[in-house]
Amino acid sequence: MPTTKELEDLVLQTRRDILRMVHKVNSGHPGGSLGCTEFFIALYHEIMELKEGFDMDGIGEDLFFLSNGHISPVYYSVLARKGYFPIDELNTFRLINSRLQGHPTTHEGLPGVRIASGSLGQGMSVAIGAALSKKLNKDPHLIFSLHGDGELQEGQNWEAIMYAAGNKVDNLISTVDLNGQQIDGATEDVLPMGDLKAKFEAFGWDVLEIEEGNNLEAVIKGMQEAKTRTGKGKPVCVLLRTIMGHGVDFMMHTHAWHGKAPNDEQLAEGLSQNAETLGDY
Amino acid sequence: MTKYVDQGKNDTRSGYGAGMTELGRTNPKVVALCADLVGSLKIQPFIDEHPERFFQVGIAEANMMGIAAGLTIGGKIPFASTFANFATGRVYDQIRQSIAYSGKNVKICASHAGITLGEDGATHQILEDIGLMKMLPGMTVINPCDYNQTKAATIAIAEHQGPVYLRFGRPKVANFTPVDQKFEIGKALLLNEGTDVTIIATGHLVWEALIAAENLESEGISAEVVNIHTIKPLDDAAVLKSVKKTGCVVTAEEHNYLGGLGESIARVLATRHPAPQEFVATQDTFGESGTPSQLMEKYGLNNKAIYEAVHRVLKRK
Repeated sequence: MPTTKELEDLVLQTRRDILRMVHKVNSGHPGGSLGCTEFFIALYHEIMELKEGFDMDGIGEDLFFLSNGHISPVYYSVLARKGYFPIDELNTFRLINSRLQGHPTTHEGLPGVRIASGSLGQGMSVAIGAALSKKLNKDPHLIFSLHGDGELQEGQNWEAIMYAAGNKVDNLISTVDLNGQQIDGATEDVLPMGDLKAKFEAFGWDVLEIEEGNNLEAVIKGMQEAKTRTGKGKPVCVLLRTIMGHGVDFMMHTHAWHGKAPNDEQLAEGLSQNAETLGDY
Repeated sequence: MTKYVDQGKNDTRSGYGAGMTELGRTNPKVVALCADLVGSLKIQPFIDEHPERFFQVGIAEANMMGIAAGLTIGGKIPFASTFANFATGRVYDQIRQSIAYSGKNVKICASHAGITLGEDGATHQILEDIGLMKMLPGMTVINPCDYNQTKAATIAIAEHQGPVYLRFGRPKVANFTPVDQKFEIGKALLLNEGTDVTIIATGHLVWEALIAAENLESEGISAEVVNIHTIKPLDDAAVLKSVKKTGCVVTAEEHNYLGGLGESIARVLATRHPAPQEFVATQDTFGESGTPSQLMEKYGLNNKAIYEAVHRVLKRK
């Protein structure tokens, strides 16, 4: 198990990677990526049981599906630094002929990715399918998925939420990144979604909340708790309260940095707030 | 002319059900999904024998396509089935991103395709599905012509790695191809040799093409009949070989003339061997309620329409 210091170093370095990736190509989605950094580090370094190497079927290990594919920068950085592909390849993000497409895909054969995502609302269905496959294979490992809160406005999610509860898909932990922001503004202003905890519970899920989604210790503790709730007849939902843009003060508490890259000065400012720990790519 | 005998009318969807029953017994990786249309898709025998390998998703086709994509991760071969309209147009983006772009080994099996589902009308008919599916990179598109061929196609696609759209229908139609035939994806079948005109047909229109060819023969017109069950990948070589011999072609399909088999044939001919072509297909229209035979007559999708199209194309040679 990595030490707390090692995990904190990873968080800082991942934030630097995110900022540098989107800055280089002047495009991409830093806000949600920064907000979910602690979650990704916790998941890949503490929570999931992973095999060495990568194969598509992933039998004998936990699997993760990113439904809100636009936060690809954090996903790519974490996959690369976990060893799925060379860290230097982060240099190719969004460039022509790259495996690191704007939104994640299996199409270019990038290790670590098992489904394309980007068009929103499809990941939970896929995660359910993978969870059913695990059950058929008598593989006791778990399926994790991540969804944006705004993404829940897509109706397919609610088909999936209904299915998972109705069919006792209890080897699934779906996390919702509750940052309250989407492209056009606050979710409360764009399309209020009401009480998501009550909604998931009404559909028959076991719901737990992580109030401090940018506190690494709290995220690890919460996700460990979520694991203990699997196998009990209900799918598990984690409502993860994060701050979009976390770790870069001028990007926080606003939807402005959902899909906007920093300029040179802003990059320098952002990097100064996140010290280099493991070496930039 | 080669004689084909109707072994007894049957519906192609029952061919799918029979194929699934066989796959259930022979291939443990095959799993089935359905969106509240088990009876219409004829898969109850599969479910009875392998309840653990069947997933009833309810009236939620988008979720069904996503679950099917996920099931492939872990090695399953999902057959996701519903009516053609709900298996394509309703869920185009789910198929596009989660299945086609993701390269998932999902078999989308679509009954009630075309106009011949009849009385339910245009909301349940679809005349655009071949076009929608053939435009997706990597998607194989198959439209078998009768019960036996549909059963064989169902079994064959389980062995094919990659997404497949298998299209079949509701009405009982002539069953004239061999029992337990070997189905080769992408291979056109020459049903009747001829010299004056090529009739290339798919799905329910293949039998109609054979009737038309018989009627033409009595007038001294020699029609070659080709059964294209695989619209993508298209058997370009078979198309070219036949049209080079006859010099003109009539295409026949239960689909809009925009985006269907006819356009695929036209692409091959335009680039490799330009020749006069007539299209037996619907003319950019929705369907309506009626019996299958009434609809085939009204929308110009029967042997009479093929016969007339042959006479038109012969004048253009």
